[in-house]
Amino acid sequence: MELLIKNGFVFDPINGINGEKMDIAVKNGKIVESVHDRRAKKIDATGLTVMPGGVDIHCHIAGAEVNTGRLMRPEDHIKDTERKTTLTRSGVGYSIPSTFTTGYRYSRMGYTSLMNPSMPPLEAKHTHEELNDTPMLDKASYPLLGDWWFVLEYLQKGDLAECARYVAWMIGTTKGYAIKIVNPGGLESWGFGRNVHTIDDKVPNFDITPREIMCGLAKVNKMLNLPHTIHVHTNNLGLPGNYATTLDTMRALESVATDGKPVAHITHLQFSSFAGDDWGSMRSGAEEVAKYINAHSHITCDMGQVIFTDTTTMTADGPFEYTLYQLSGHKWVNSDVETETSGGIIPFHYKRNNAVNATQWSIALELALMIEDPWKIYLTTDHPNGGPFTAYPKIIGWLISRKARMATLKKCHKKAQKKSLLPTLKRELSLYDIAIVTRAGQAKALGLKNKGHLSVGADADIAIYNVNPETTDIARKYKTVRRAFGNAAYTIKDGKVVVKDGEIVQHVDGRTIWLDVQTAEQVKVDEEMKRRFREYWTVEYENYPVTDHYLKISDPRTIKADV
Amino acid sequence: MSTTVNAVTCPVCGCLCDDIELTIENGVVVKVKNGCAMCESKFFNYKNEHRNKTPLMRKEGKLVPVSYDEAIHKAAEILANANYPILYGWSSTDCEAQRVGVELAEEIGGVLDNTAVVCHGPSILSVQEVGIPTCTLGQIRHRADLVIYWGCDPWSAHPRHLERYTTFTEGRFKGSEWKEYMNKVKASAGKKKLLSLERREIVKRKPEPIIEKVTVNKPPETLGKAGRKLIVIDVRKTMTAEVADYFIQVEQGKDYELMLAIRALVKDHELDVDQVAGVPVEYLEELVDAMVNCDFGVIFFGMGLTHSAGKFRNVDVAISLIRDLNRRTKFAILPMRGHFNVTGANTVSTWQSGYPYAVDFSLGYPRYNPGETSVVDVLLRKESDAALIVASDPASNFPRKAVEHLVANPLIVIDPHMNATALLGDVVFPAAIVGIEKAGTAYRMDHVPLPLKKVVEPPEGILSDEEILSRILEEVRVIKSQRMQEAA
Repeated sequence: MELLIKNGFVFDPINGINGEKMDIAVKNGKIVESVHDRRAKKIDATGLTVMPGGVDIHCHIAGAEVNTGRLMRPEDHIKDTERKTTLTRSGVGYSIPSTFTTGYRYSRMGYTSLMNPSMPPLEAKHTHEELNDTPMLDKASYPLLGDWWFVLEYLQKGDLAECARYVAWMIGTTKGYAIKIVNPGGLESWGFGRNVHTIDDKVPNFDITPREIMCGLAKVNKMLNLPHTIHVHTNNLGLPGNYATTLDTMRALESVATDGKPVAHITHLQFSSFAGDDWGSMRSGAEEVAKYINAHSHITCDMGQVIFTDTTTMTADGPFEYTLYQLSGHKWVNSDVETETSGGIIPFHYKRNNAVNATQWSIALELALMIEDPWKIYLTTDHPNGGPFTAYPKIIGWLISRKARMATLKKCHKKAQKKSLLPTLKRELSLYDIAIVTRAGQAKALGLKNKGHLSVGADADIAIYNVNPETTDIARKYKTVRRAFGNAAYTIKDGKVVVKDGEIVQHVDGRTIWLDVQTAEQVKVDEEMKRRFREYWTVEYENYPVTDHYLKISDPRTIKADV
Repeated sequence: MSTTVNAVTCPVCGCLCDDIELTIENGVVVKVKNGCAMCESKFFNYKNEHRNKTPLMRKEGKLVPVSYDEAIHKAAEILANANYPILYGWSSTDCEAQRVGVELAEEIGGVLDNTAVVCHGPSILSVQEVGIPTCTLGQIRHRADLVIYWGCDPWSAHPRHLERYTTFTEGRFKGSEWKEYMNKVKASAGKKKLLSLERREIVKRKPEPIIEKVTVNKPPETLGKAGRKLIVIDVRKTMTAEVADYFIQVEQGKDYELMLAIRALVKDHELDVDQVAGVPVEYLEELVDAMVNCDFGVIFFGMGLTHSAGKFRNVDVAISLIRDLNRRTKFAILPMRGHFNVTGANTVSTWQSGYPYAVDFSLGYPRYNPGETSVVDVLLRKESDAALIVASDPASNFPRKAVEHLVANPLIVIDPHMNATALLGDVVFPAAIVGIEKAGTAYRMDHVPLPLKKVVEPPEGILSDEEILSRILEEVRVIKSQRMQEAA
């Protein structure tokens, strides 16, 4: 199957292409130099914007906690349903859509690759079963490893090499993609209802601190040559004054950064950038955090934008969800997983007329605008924590248009308005910048070599939007841009047109990307290991791994490790 | 020829023990290691004579053997022609079959429901009201020092629950109480022996000791001890209650009251009555002390809460109690799920449609309103016009009126055995037994997915639930597209 996209304005930041009129040729699911002029199917992209398919570095779309969120919120689904068609399966939204609907909705926005960021290893099969039912997208998952007893024990012993071998084994076993760390030390403490409050607190029952866990795993990450850095959800997330903890975390990781390359991704940074002493005096810590990130090169991050809507918060950070429960009294799910992690879910309504929520909204935008290099901060809502992913076009509107964000700010709580730094920020992102924060930057940070760009050999994942950058002043016409990014003119997945004018025209299954990390010496699976397994978990060693049966289309990436 | 297969997952109850060792000789299971009585019974008896060897179809009032092709075509015809079919069962098959089931329900615009509707459905309603602070079973093994079973009897219904996950396991932070239990058993056996010797006048009878009058529901001295404690709350003294440190006999139908009283005490309120649900308040205070002072407590609850008076309100207040207790210490709550994959049925249905059970696809999108879209209610209102029953036997446990309507319409049954529903069916498919003759996936009561193994071959020519359903779905699509063409 050959395809030629003619005359579009191409935004391909990895190759430095900024809105040039170009043709893109596609053959057998890859971008190629040229195609047969007559045989190829042609798409006339004259006056349209052409970008690589969208990449989302952090969105909770599948797995145990997402599904428990779905189960507990029929009131979230009833207002938003999707009918079955001859091409597509039925489903429901809103903040935690069913799997098929998730796939279709992302695809309609021109997204083609997603990262599902929190997979409890014990329940990894569940995550993969759901990913199999999430069509239209390539997907990968990060196993939660920051509070896994094996990691805590080997780091405590100082045996980095052995720790690395076990991490490699775990990533392969759970078919994962990166090391996810959530509130390091805090989740183990939460096993007995406690938490850690600085990065130097000792974890109860273990002689180790969050600092040691993060630095240890960052080093392990380097030893294993993993394509992505460690993916960190900081301690004290969501609490006033936590920007100091975030700064401590980033400073602690300086010791691991030796070659100027990123060593950690601080995810949903907005939730980690609160200043103030309590909820009454809570204000933005974005300035301090942005200043630090501007001056250093070892950190990447994503926004975690808050949307004013009714959504569902879900995270492995059980103690944080408990704090939210105490604040809201709403229905509360806690779900601890033996030996590995915890989790929590609370429905949450972010309100414009709530000073804290409005400040949170402002913080994420401040961060995105004050961190000068768009290659360092990416667009996310931490779906569904800050709001559903379907709000991405809105965020694009706020980023490209000062007018758009001032219009929203004007409707916010007075106190939040007064404290917001947004009125002082003049920066407006260009379409080129948007291409970075929604695809190129994310693909680069993830080490996904075939994604996020349109050079020859890349996956033919392409999004075409109905925006003419020559004739449209996007800052003024932000509503046009918002509409365009919400309903892609075309989404092309692996060279197939799957969306046209915001409607699904073909149902395709995506691949599950995972890492096969090869260490020189492997973890010994002997009777001793099996015995230890039986002691730590309530399942047998043989039944733990995610076998190929659980991947519909498996896409392993072989990585040679240094250990 | 004999082979041993280890780490087999047992497809019986929600415990889903995965350490079963089977010895297989000439394609037959001859030895079961580690399993409980229910597990052994399943692995030894799967080949019994009640098994149906070929598909059956009702012709002139009689079930007669037919080929799979004929039966599948007939089943597809029934479903494609139905306006409002129900698809029920699902809890004793694997997730792979359940996935096809949801797709089929969507294709024919039916009502998809699983056995949770007559089981832990009320628990799900409560979760939708107040959430649920829970954890996986290993967390309890490692950390729990207070285990409460409320309205359930694991010793009989989930026989290895205590030994694998709770009181009698060795965890990282908490030890097993097995030895103490054995001592208790030995002491009681010794006492019986002594009595018997006295009776036979081999030992001279000592003067009758003055026994202090035991008040009902009095907490034992040991309630304040270190280590794991086991408390059972039930309306009768169950097998589990026999091994418990403390058994509270709650008056029939007063679980809700008792739970509310405990909630009040946890919140440091004074109660101005002497007793609640047959339990003196001073004893309740001791119970609450034990709850508040533990490191990690857990309540397991069963049908005693979900299907006694109050139903989901009982679970609602139980979960609310756990929410309150979490302000004082760490506490969790778990439903004791019955069928080995009822959790999977809820899970699969939820990720595909957004709703865990009682999903109505008749409008082309999933709709959920238990009481309206739940299978028993649909049957009682006589709305359905066909039914597909997979791995379940509603005829023997639904209300009679509901069964009457079920059998008044075309009834398709997929089951390895000739159960009551199959005997009343119009098209009956024999199926391979999931977890013995068919590999798949099941979810444990705490949502941990485990692989099921295929250890022996199914009887010749017998298909699995998944295959039968996939073929029916395919056939339904063929029939529907033919109809579309004819219409055009």
